[in-house]
Amino acid sequence: MTGPVRPPMVDIRGATKRYGELLANDRVDLQLRRGEVHALLGENGAGKSTLSKILYGFIRPDAGEILLDGAPVCLRSPRDARARGIGMVFQDFMLIPALDVQENIALFLPGSPGRGGLEQRIRAYGERFGLVVDPRAPVRQLPVGERQKVEILKLLLGEARVLILDEPTKVLAPHEVAALFKVFAALRAEGYAVLFITHKLREVLACADRITVLRQGRVAGGFGPGEADADALVTLMFGERLGEEAPGGGAPMAGAPLLELRGASCRASGSETALKDLDLAVGGGEIVGVAGVSGSGQKELGDLIQGLRPLSQGSRWFGGEEATRWSVARMRRAGMAVVPEDPLGMAAVSGMTVRENLYLGTGGRYRKGLGIAWRALDAAMAASFRALGFPRPPPELPAGALSGGNLQRLVIAREMAHRPRLVVALYPTRGLDVRSAASVRAFLRRARDEGAGVLFISEDLDELGEMADRLLVLYAGSLAGAFPRGAWGAEAVGRLMTGSREAARA
Amino acid sequence: MPDVRRPRSGRAAQAWWTGIRGAAVCAIALAAFAVILLAAGKNPVRGYADTFKATLASAYGLSELLVRMTPLLLTAVAVALPSRLGLINVGGEGQLYLGAWLASAGALAFPSWPAWALLPLVILLGFLGGALWAALPGLLRAARLVNETIATLLLNYVAPLIVSYFVFGPWRATESSAYPQSAAFADAALLPPLFDTRVHAGLFIALAALGAYWILLDKTRFGVDMRAIGGNPEAARRLGLPVGTWIVVALALGGGMAGLAGMGEAMGIHGRLRQGLSPGYGYTGFLISWLAGGRPLGILFMAFLFAILTAAGDTLQITQGLPYSAINLLLAIILFVVLARSPAGGRRRPARTDRP
Amino acid sequence: MSAPLALGVAAGAVLSGTSLLYATLGETLGERAGIVNLGLEGIMLMGASVGFATTAATGSPWLGLGAAAAAGGLGNLLFGWLVVTRRANQLAGGLAMLFFGFGASALIGAPYVGAVITGLPKWRPAFLQELPWVRGTTLFHYDILIWLAAPVTGLVWWALFRTRWGLGVRAVGESPAAAYASGRDPGVLQYQALAAGGVLGGLAGAHLALSLTLTWAEYMTAGRGFIAIALVIFSKWRPLRALAGALLFGGAEALELQLQARGAGISPFLLEMFPYLLTILVLLAWGGSRRLFAPAALGRTFYGLD
Repeated sequence: MTGPVRPPMVDIRGATKRYGELLANDRVDLQLRRGEVHALLGENGAGKSTLSKILYGFIRPDAGEILLDGAPVCLRSPRDARARGIGMVFQDFMLIPALDVQENIALFLPGSPGRGGLEQRIRAYGERFGLVVDPRAPVRQLPVGERQKVEILKLLLGEARVLILDEPTKVLAPHEVAALFKVFAALRAEGYAVLFITHKLREVLACADRITVLRQGRVAGGFGPGEADADALVTLMFGERLGEEAPGGGAPMAGAPLLELRGASCRASGSETALKDLDLAVGGGEIVGVAGVSGSGQKELGDLIQGLRPLSQGSRWFGGEEATRWSVARMRRAGMAVVPEDPLGMAAVSGMTVRENLYLGTGGRYRKGLGIAWRALDAAMAASFRALGFPRPPPELPAGALSGGNLQRLVIAREMAHRPRLVVALYPTRGLDVRSAASVRAFLRRARDEGAGVLFISEDLDELGEMADRLLVLYAGSLAGAFPRGAWGAEAVGRLMTGSREAARA
Repeated sequence: MPDVRRPRSGRAAQAWWTGIRGAAVCAIALAAFAVILLAAGKNPVRGYADTFKATLASAYGLSELLVRMTPLLLTAVAVALPSRLGLINVGGEGQLYLGAWLASAGALAFPSWPAWALLPLVILLGFLGGALWAALPGLLRAARLVNETIATLLLNYVAPLIVSYFVFGPWRATESSAYPQSAAFADAALLPPLFDTRVHAGLFIALAALGAYWILLDKTRFGVDMRAIGGNPEAARRLGLPVGTWIVVALALGGGMAGLAGMGEAMGIHGRLRQGLSPGYGYTGFLISWLAGGRPLGILFMAFLFAILTAAGDTLQITQGLPYSAINLLLAIILFVVLARSPAGGRRRPARTDRP
Repeated sequence: MSAPLALGVAAGAVLSGTSLLYATLGETLGERAGIVNLGLEGIMLMGASVGFATTAATGSPWLGLGAAAAAGGLGNLLFGWLVVTRRANQLAGGLAMLFFGFGASALIGAPYVGAVITGLPKWRPAFLQELPWVRGTTLFHYDILIWLAAPVTGLVWWALFRTRWGLGVRAVGESPAAAYASGRDPGVLQYQALAAGGVLGGLAGAHLALSLTLTWAEYMTAGRGFIAIALVIFSKWRPLRALAGALLFGGAEALELQLQARGAGISPFLLEMFPYLLTILVLLAWGGSRRLFAPAALGRTFYGLD
């Protein structure tokens, strides 16, 4: 090559960051060029978030430097980064639901929230990049896809030239993802640089110009346009093939379904989603998956089934008995187990010991007069841990000291100690490292194989695809569709998830 | 697997540690208060010396400390019990007055009953009065309508007015028209005094209540349930614990304790129902419970310390003309010192230290 | 209700409600920034005692007013130090301020109990003097705090909803993380909101001592601070609605006083209960929807991201 080469817009050299014993980023190099979509790929915990936060000024690296347009800079804070044209859209948006779109954007721009001028600019940019939103709408009323548009607009109006997006497609349905890629194309055409952080291979292959793969804090490899393929990426991401059990499937037990909802509806307040007229059945020996975009009513459905939320109409049946008015305690006594998405927030008390946590939720089983039959409890729980093959945490340890994976295993051991008939799993692998997630999935499959009925609610289509014997799709509080095994494709499900019935556009 | 509980030594050590910490905090606070006294033109050294003379230096002084401790133990438990569930009961004052009122109603209604019948009735009514006054905010909180902190605070202003109404009105003693108070209660309703002092049987009730609280918290499964709700109410709910019921029960039990304090003051000290039964026992009880971390042994220590402090307030008022209410300043400084010492939650998270 | 009674209540509503309004506005500012100050009662007492003492000592109600405002502001800054810098629990910190207010005000006011002061001057605009039904009543014969009540309300509204500062304050109260991400320092904004709120709280106390009663007595605020906290909820954290709420509760208090004065035969004690019970009722009625309107991060302490 001859002639002067323009320096890349962003050049990260040797970024290193340590948190105690964990080396989150280890001498990472990354370059972003003008007018490109650069994917940063890696599994959970690979160091992608840390790197992006370094670039955005949230964190200062222990070593390494950042050059913008060839000149070294020191980014002390997000304010600094924004002043230099670097913007970031977080996974949980930095939006304030109570304020409207225009105020949310104004928050991040200098000057007063003058109404007229900003509104016009919002609309103009919306047209230009395919990010059309109503500036006056309160953000709390916007669906997730629109909120993401507001976040991107915020960056563009703030004169960002480099946009970092952290797992932007996590909360989108397939055709919304396609719309996002169109926005990327518009941005690329106008010379912006997009750093697209994700762990989803297919998306990366579909839209990225260049790819950098991180594994355990280091750059495992990189690819230019057209050079990568799925196998190569997987090998770089994981280092070795991670084999999971092939999805098995017992045939569902004959006879009455274990859990049934007939015409169930429930009310909603505020930002909740009301459920309308749901018919659902889970039999013993099967895994029923429930797919849906975030906010389709999954939480409400989970609460309804557990007995945490009353039905406004319809009925609920458990083990053949009418259970519409049963409390949570009663459902649990009758053999319901729950594996929630956030064990620390929903199923354990961090300040209490492991042993005390194992006691909670066992209902009246271990009462001894006014006290507790600790010996019997310890024995039963030890047996449960053994049967599951989980390591047993020390009983006097405060539950808050356990890692996410170990806490989820504690919850599972507790829930499974009394052979439940029904397992309600709500995003059970959320936030877990790869190995813990795999062990949770294995446990659910084994529970199914041993005759329990499993209801598995998740927003991860890949996970649902692997696990479910039958798949239900929830949209806006109603059941949009149901598929037996092998009868669904991502496109069909995705369309139902977003309520559209038209054929997906190419 | 041996039935391992927290080792005995750990628990006692914890209590001692609370006591030592409390004493250290009081020392700092006393120093700060001394500065304020100086600024107000009073003599702190003389003040503290006078206090010592009035409290620890004589048997009478010590007995007066016990008199002060009696209601403080109860109002502290009134705060501590609900606090295990994360509830904040600042309504000790009001619950105290309501307990006194209901107990007085019983004493005035059945003056001819023998002591073995009337006294237990009066004690029960004292408990009930406070319990009901606290159950109301409990219901409101369980129904997620009103925060119990505000509700109990507001009711603090209503209860003394109820007592005043009766003391000036239907229950007014005709013989002493200058000073508003109820008729004297029949001897059968009074709590017997100990020896020749003003210390009354209410002290035993208070100690029994503290003991009952301790047993409930540490020795029963209810204690585990309460701590679970306090630690993570959402998880407790999802695991099937009847959180709403517990909220009402815990507040009612706590209110009942404060009610017993009011009954004690009326039946043990005054022998009548009067205005001004409590110079802020409810609020002081809150402080005691807070500083003791809601732990029973800590409450015992702190109640003793605060008995000394309130005695200091009276002493300084008598000997140096300081308004009694100024002692609140000392209480506030103590609270400031405790609150300011460590950022709540302890450990700082990495993001904070990474911020420039 | 007879006309003189109604007029009396209306006049009284403004007189009583002003102090409530200032306190409510002050607390609204703090709560919009995410901080509840249960010790508002203490702040008001400090304003009242400092204001009264200064006026008695110097003879100038204007100095007293200024001192009261300063006392309130400083008090709230002390509270801010506890809950923002030292990250103390806000409820406990508020109660600490409550005790502090009880004690400090008693100490400051003690030498001046029974002192006679010249209160804030009142005046009535000339054109209203002419009206026959106005003359002879207290209507429109107001001190400066009352005359400024509506403009100050408007000022607080404008500050919160039309300025960049106010947008930042509201952002902190809704999501400190988002406010931080936008380049603001949530702590600084909270201090600023508390300082402004404290000034208003101090003025609220001063109004009682320097205009309404012209005396000082321990605990003279009689729970108005807590009523103001309830009013913040009642007005859904919006300054303009606080005006209506303050008038309503001022009216309740005025009604109680009028009934007492006219010997209505109801025990004064029962009448005195009315404002507190009304407050609880109001909170009850508004209670369910409180979640929707309260600033989302109200009461939390901020730890930085993650």
